[in-house]
Amino acid sequence: MKFGVVVFPGSNCDADCYHVIDKVLGEPVEYLWHGHDDLKNIDCIILPGGFSYGDYLRTGAIARFSPVMDKVIEFGKNGGLILGICNGFQILTESGLLPGALIRNPSLRFQCYNTNLLVENVNTPFTNAYTPKQIIQIPIAHGEGSFVADPQTLERLEKEEQIVFRYCNAAGETTPEANPNGSLHNIAGIINDKGNILGMMPHPERCAEDILGSVDGQHLFKSLVNWFQQGGGRR
Amino acid sequence: MYKAIVTINFKKSILDPQGSTVLKALKSLGYKDVEDVRVGKHMEILIDSPNLETALEQLKEMCAKLLANPVIEDYQVDVAEVKS
Repeated sequence: MKFGVVVFPGSNCDADCYHVIDKVLGEPVEYLWHGHDDLKNIDCIILPGGFSYGDYLRTGAIARFSPVMDKVIEFGKNGGLILGICNGFQILTESGLLPGALIRNPSLRFQCYNTNLLVENVNTPFTNAYTPKQIIQIPIAHGEGSFVADPQTLERLEKEEQIVFRYCNAAGETTPEANPNGSLHNIAGIINDKGNILGMMPHPERCAEDILGSVDGQHLFKSLVNWFQQGGGRR
Repeated sequence: MYKAIVTINFKKSILDPQGSTVLKALKSLGYKDVEDVRVGKHMEILIDSPNLETALEQLKEMCAKLLANPVIEDYQVDVAEVKS
């Protein structure tokens, strides 16, 4: 399974994602430069974290119009797998591949620590290696991760089980105290209606090896490989 | 030549944490009458359009496409002719 990690000016988790694919999973991976529009026959695109274009105007707003993004959007609309992490999630909402938007944390602070997440949907290409309602720990690192959407959109996300990860406490309760950024419904990650595009604020690539203290994030990448090897459809 | 003032604000339904923080700061400075603060963006754009209608049309397109995010923001465009 061949992965492509998009590199925008200001991406800073691209090398971490590349490392996990290459050294931990042992799968082929290539960088995709934002100024090119060649996807190099990859099977899964990763939009990494960082501060693309300095977060100018709005997070992800300018990256969304990079030459590579036309191809990424086309790839996603044709059912290609796309994982957007942190700034990648922001780019996915700006490009309309995922609903809603990510705005400034109500605390106005950059929040950077481990969060507990409740895995709400394991029937996706991204989460099949987790168990239903598993509580995992994945770090966040963002100033603008507060997920907002209109009530109709939220209702649809709930009904269609598109909320994949929710912030929770150690007991798995999705309380306001466990919510680091005021995200509506404690949303940490959502999937599109077709189930091929996931956006999440926490960083699974930062906890994908024992040496980093946790492998909770590794299972997300392994899920993708499982899904691909089984040639599986959605859900 | 036309000069546009583009004002972008969060929709009323969206919490504006910067606005709330500025409101608190103003209150703590003694401005007890302040009821609400919303922090938005102000952009000045010079555009060399053939006429006012074209300028306005293009500016609205720019807002919808890039300058504002319609999911969370409203925008207002004011245009006036200026000497080139």
